[in-house]
Amino acid sequence: MWEHFAQAFSMVFEPYTILVMVLAALYGLFVGAVPGLTATMATALLVPVTFFMAPIPAIAAIVTATAMAIFSGDVPGCLLRIPGTPASAAYTDEAFAMTKKGQAELALGAGLVFSAIGGLFGTVVLILAAPALADIALRFSSFEYFWLVLLGLTCAVFITSDRPLKGLITLLLGLLVACVGLGNPAGHPRFTLGNSELMGGIGLIPMMIGMFAVSEILRFAADTRPPAQLVVEKVGNVFSGQWALAKKYWRQVLRGSSLGTLVGALPGAGADIAAWMSYAVSKKFSKEPQKFGTGHVEGIVESGSANNSALAGSWIPALVFGIPGDSITAIVIGVLYMKNMNPGPTLFTTNPQNIYAVFILFIVANIIMVPLGILCIKAAKQILKVPRRVLMPLILVFCIVGTFAINNSVFGVGVMLAAGVIAWLLEENGFPIAPAILGVVLGGMLEENFVTSMIKAEGNLLEFVARPIAATLAAVTVLVWFTPIVMRRLRAPRSDFRSR
Amino acid sequence: MKLSDAVLGLLLLALGAVVIAVVSSYPTIAAQRVGPSLFPGLIALGLVIGGLILIVRGWRDRALVPWVRFEPWVHSPRHVAGVLGVIGSIVFYIAAADWLGFFLTSLIILTTSFRLFGVALGRSIVIAAIATVVIHFAFYKLLRVPLPWGVFTNFAWERACGSTSRRRSRWCSSRTRSW
Repeated sequence: MWEHFAQAFSMVFEPYTILVMVLAALYGLFVGAVPGLTATMATALLVPVTFFMAPIPAIAAIVTATAMAIFSGDVPGCLLRIPGTPASAAYTDEAFAMTKKGQAELALGAGLVFSAIGGLFGTVVLILAAPALADIALRFSSFEYFWLVLLGLTCAVFITSDRPLKGLITLLLGLLVACVGLGNPAGHPRFTLGNSELMGGIGLIPMMIGMFAVSEILRFAADTRPPAQLVVEKVGNVFSGQWALAKKYWRQVLRGSSLGTLVGALPGAGADIAAWMSYAVSKKFSKEPQKFGTGHVEGIVESGSANNSALAGSWIPALVFGIPGDSITAIVIGVLYMKNMNPGPTLFTTNPQNIYAVFILFIVANIIMVPLGILCIKAAKQILKVPRRVLMPLILVFCIVGTFAINNSVFGVGVMLAAGVIAWLLEENGFPIAPAILGVVLGGMLEENFVTSMIKAEGNLLEFVARPIAATLAAVTVLVWFTPIVMRRLRAPRSDFRSR
Repeated sequence: MKLSDAVLGLLLLALGAVVIAVVSSYPTIAAQRVGPSLFPGLIALGLVIGGLILIVRGWRDRALVPWVRFEPWVHSPRHVAGVLGVIGSIVFYIAAADWLGFFLTSLIILTTSFRLFGVALGRSIVIAAIATVVIHFAFYKLLRVPLPWGVFTNFAWERACGSTSRRRSRWCSSRTRSW
């Protein structure tokens, strides 16, 4: 084990990887801080570039950029009252209220320090949980995988969305997209319309770039709201008072990080939902709930650590089972396949140094977040001044070229356009997008395991629940199907959990 | 553009029906219960059921929700031009990049989009020119993506493994993705 660890260490601390991390960090901080550019978009735009890197630097770029983007999303929330990424939306009003009270330093500092702590907490859970789960997963057969994938898809629809029907429909659309091409157990060309490009299926990366970047550009083009005004001219020392906060709110940090990691690990739910849930939990259990909403730091501490811990948590199912925990890891899984690091339990046994390297990357990324985050806060005024009307067309051309680069064909560019327009229209009509991504990523795996299981069981459906773990997973899946009914009973006047 | 649940439901119902019609012609595999039509068939069935529920919901709320509702941007010519500009840019690239070449296509797309979003003309052209050169350098030179030269083919300063010559080097083919 130690030799693998040493190997991992040398892979991460190679000058090239470090350089990639620093550049990715600056990129992530910038993308996160610009309202309308999300952490998922940052990842999608990175893929064409990481395409040309060795596996470890490629993963380093994504891990670093996303961690930074989730933190720096707090900055415009605090200074402009616009969240930089959806993950900061939960406490944007709170942070802005603190800014108006003259406490911008405290709010930004809390965002930074507790983002790093939450990220490190999530990493520790990832390091402990992933290998243990991989040990169990080694004994899984197609029956267990079938139920596991079904459970993941179920969670994405029923737990993480307040609109189960619309979530279910986008999931089905995603699964349908996954059916296109020859890549099914029977090897029969499906929905190819006689097009040879469609034989290989619809490319995941062009689709992701469309869904997360092009749709965001379209949303910008259709945004009629006037630009927000910057209220703070200068930000002072962000560290003053943080130690006192850590001592006072250590329980909240622990609770936020734990909940965040758990929510992150649930398929389909990412940092944004973790932050919303944590903020609600924080208010519910606070000794001073009346202060929430008036510029009270407690909720920022708890949900700020939750959204960064969710980021690490979402890698647990992604690495062990190939089931993405959120839309970022859905893209990551694509990258892992491209780099011949196919996710699954064998990843932990055949080349463990790669996994150790991923762990080290997470730790390093969350540590360098602190100094680079301060830089970002200091430069916030300049970053927020960059006009989006200049940025968006540049991103558009980058999307086109990046998509073209994946297969050297304009067919992918067409896929990107279609995915972008459809995602934009679906979201305008209140359909959540995350289930669609999961459907596309997991559709092939679900069908393959289903067909394999059917053949093994010779059509006897009882075989699907004959093994103990499979039966347990099946029972949990069915239980989750009934959560919307239970939830409706529990909270009759439902608050809108996910305001976009 | 916001559609009422009933309209959305109808669209999904239609999609589901088309998929079922298509997969019903797929072959069945002898001595095996599950053919290539089962999985998409089940998905389509789900879409049909979901569509029906949405239709019922939409019909129930038909007095409250209009069939089609437009957001404020639809009434603002500047924003409509912006949205169409984004979509048009991508279509234009697909249609024109091969014969116009990357330089001209990118220059046209960027300048037009900047103008549509309200950037001054002089500034639009300058930023578009700089950005085009930088992106070309990064992708063509550093990442070796065979961006098309188009009308400038004879002036190409370095012919990378490209779609124009069709002779792909080993390096190129190893980069083509399979999933």
